[in-house]
Amino acid sequence: MENLIALLVAAPLLGAAVLLCGGRRLDRAGHWVGTLLAAASFVIGVVLFLDMLGKGAEDRALHQKLFSWIPVEGFQADVAFQLDQLSMTFVLLITGVGTLIHIYSIGYMAHDERRRRFFGYLNLFLAAMLILVIADNYLLLYVGWEGVGLASYLLIGFWQHKPSAATAAKKAFLVNRVGDMGLSIAIMLMFTTFGTFAFGPVLGATGQTSEGKLTAIGLMLLLAACGKSAQVPLQSWLGDAMEGPTPVSALIHAATMVTAGVYLIVRSGAIFNAAPDAQLAVVVVGAVTLLFGAIVGCAKDDIKKALAGSTMSQIGYMILAAGLGPIGYVFAIMHLVTHGFFKAGLFLGAGSVMHGMNDEVDMRKFGGLRTYMPVTFITFGLGYLAIIGFPGLSGFFSKDKIIEAAFAKGGAEGWILGSVALLGAAITAFYMTRVMLLTFFGEKRWQPDAQGNEPHPHESPKSMTIPMIILAFGSVFAGGLFSIGDRFLNWLEPVTGHSHGHAPVSAATVTAATMVVLVIGVAIAWAMYGRKPVPVVAPRGSLLTRAARRDLLQDDFNHVVLVRGGEHLTRSLVYVDHTLVDGVVNGTAASMGGLSGRLRKLQNGYARSYAVSMFGGTAVVIAATLLMRAV
Amino acid sequence: MNPVNYLYLAALLFTIGAAGVLIRRNAIVVFMCVELMLNACNLAFVTFSRMHGNLDGQIIAFFTMVVAAAEVVVGLAIIVSVFRSRHSASVDDASLMKL
Repeated sequence: MENLIALLVAAPLLGAAVLLCGGRRLDRAGHWVGTLLAAASFVIGVVLFLDMLGKGAEDRALHQKLFSWIPVEGFQADVAFQLDQLSMTFVLLITGVGTLIHIYSIGYMAHDERRRRFFGYLNLFLAAMLILVIADNYLLLYVGWEGVGLASYLLIGFWQHKPSAATAAKKAFLVNRVGDMGLSIAIMLMFTTFGTFAFGPVLGATGQTSEGKLTAIGLMLLLAACGKSAQVPLQSWLGDAMEGPTPVSALIHAATMVTAGVYLIVRSGAIFNAAPDAQLAVVVVGAVTLLFGAIVGCAKDDIKKALAGSTMSQIGYMILAAGLGPIGYVFAIMHLVTHGFFKAGLFLGAGSVMHGMNDEVDMRKFGGLRTYMPVTFITFGLGYLAIIGFPGLSGFFSKDKIIEAAFAKGGAEGWILGSVALLGAAITAFYMTRVMLLTFFGEKRWQPDAQGNEPHPHESPKSMTIPMIILAFGSVFAGGLFSIGDRFLNWLEPVTGHSHGHAPVSAATVTAATMVVLVIGVAIAWAMYGRKPVPVVAPRGSLLTRAARRDLLQDDFNHVVLVRGGEHLTRSLVYVDHTLVDGVVNGTAASMGGLSGRLRKLQNGYARSYAVSMFGGTAVVIAATLLMRAV
Repeated sequence: MNPVNYLYLAALLFTIGAAGVLIRRNAIVVFMCVELMLNACNLAFVTFSRMHGNLDGQIIAFFTMVVAAAEVVVGLAIIVSVFRSRHSASVDDASLMKL
C-alpha cells in the first residue's frame, strides 16, 4: 500500500510533463489526458482511503521513502511521504474537487486554443499540491508550497494577453514570495533548533525547546500561511487573482491552494500549542481577516471578487479555528473540506453564469437569471444555503462548530472571538444573499455591450453542470455526514488531538444565536436588494462602501507604505551611491590620473637625465650603506 | 709606492668619466667617458688585488676588458648608424622615447 503514495503524485506530474512538453499534436486529446490522470490520482486516493479505514486508528499512517535527496553529514533531506488521516483528508479533497474541475474545464475552456496547456498547468498544480500535503518533512513541503505558487502564477496569468491578468499574476507571485520567505526562515530556524525538519522529530521535540524559539518559528509559519491563504496583511493578491479563468478560481483560489496555510498551521499544531504568543497572533489574524474579507465581499459588484472576499473571510474562520489550538484544529479542517465543496460549487456556478452572459462579471448587469439557467440556479442556491449556514447543510455544521470553539476558548478572549465569529456569520449571510438576489432574482438588467451583442443567457453544457451538481451534493450532505456521530472528529483526533475547552454558553445557545444573526443578515440584504429594483450603475454609497469597493484601501496602503517607501529608500540609496560610493571611486581614479600626469613629465627621453637619476640613486644607496655601517 | 694612491687615481678617473657622461652631448665623447669609468674600475680591481694579495681582482679586470670590447663594437655600430640616419651624434637629439 505504501508504494501507492508516490503514484498519487506521479499521475498528475506525468500529465503535466506530457501536456506541457508534448506540443501541438496533443491539442485534440490533451484535455482527456489531463482529466484521466487527475481521476487516476483520485482513484488511488480512494483505494488508500478504503485501506486506511480498515485499520485501527493508531496504525493508519503510512510512510514511503522514495530516495535521499540531499544526503550530507549532519543534513539529511529525504523525498519521503507520510499519509496520515490529515493528509488523507486533503488528498481526497484535492483529487476529488480537482477531477471535477478538470471535467468542468473541458466545457469551460472548449473555445480556448491553449486548452492543452491549461490542463497541463492544472495537472502541475495537482502534483504540487499533493506533494505539499503528503510530504513528511518541511523541506519537501516547501517544494510543494513553491510548486503551487508557480502553478497559481501560471494560471492566474493564463490569459496573459490581458494586461490586467499579467499584472494580477505578478502581484500574486510577489505577495506570495513574502510569505514563502517566512516559511523558508521557519525551516532554517527548525534546522538550527532541532537539527532536522522531518515532521516526526520536530513536532515530537517541542517539549524540550525554549518557548522563544518556538514562538519565532510559529510566527514565521504564520507569515507563510498569511501569504498563501490571503490573510491580513498579505491578502491583497486574492481579489486580483480572479483575473484567471473561473475553474482556476474555484480549484486554486477557493478550494485547495489557499487552504494550504490552514494545513500548515494544523500540521504544526505541536509548535503552536507550545507557543501561546504565536497562537494568539494566529487567532488575531484569523479574526481580522474574517471581518475584512466579509466587508470587502459586501461591496463588490464583480461576482467573482465578491466570492473572493467570501473565500478570504471563510479562510479567516479556519485560521481562527486553527489558532484556538486543540479545541479548533478538527473544526478548521472540517470547515476547510465543506468550504472546498460549496465554494468550488459557487465559483463553478459563477463561471457558468459568465459562460452564458458573454463573460460579464458585473452582478448589476445580471438579474432574473433563475429561469434561464435552472441547473446553475439550483446548484448555486444550494452552495449559497450551505455557506450561510442554513440548518442541515454543510456550512451549518462546520461553521457552527467554529463559533462554539471560539466561545470555548474561555475568558474575555473567548467572548471577543465568539462575537467576531457571530458577526462574521451575519455579514456572510448578508453578502451571499446579495450575490444571490443580484444574480438570479429581480428584473433582468443586462444590455447589449459596446459591439451591440446582446447576451443570450443559456444553460451550460453537461460537462459543466455535472461537476456543479456533484459539488452541490457535497455542499448539502458533507457536513451532516461528518458531524453525525462525530465521525470527522474521531477520524482526525489521533493526528491533531482534541479538547472541548470550557464553553461559557451551551451549544444550543450558540446555534440559536447563529440562526438569529443569519436571519438578520438575510433580512437586511433582502430589504436592500430584493424589495426594490437594483440600479445598473452602482450608487455612490457610504464611505465604508467606497472603501470596501477598493478592498478596504489595501492597495492604497501598500502603495503608500511599501511602494512609495521603497521608492524613497531606493532613491536615497541611489543618491548615496552616486555621491559617496561613486565619489570615492571616481576620486581615487582622478587623483591617480593627476599624479601619473605629473610623473609622466619625468619621462623626457633624454638619456643623460636618466643617467643622472641612476647616479643619484646609486650615490644615495652607497651613502646609506656607509652610514648604516658607521652607526 | 703606497697602493692607496692608485685608488685615489681610480676614483678621480671615475669621477671624470661620470661627469663626462652627464655633461657632454656628443655620443662619441660620452662613449669615451664610459670607457674611462670602466677602466677606473679596472684599476681599482687590480689595486685591491695587489693589496689583498690574491688574483681575483685581476681576473675580473680581464672580464671587464672583454665586456668593454664587446660593448664598444655594439655601441659604436649604433652610434654610426644613428649618425648616418640623423646626421647628428648628439645624445639629446635622440629623445624619441618619451610620452
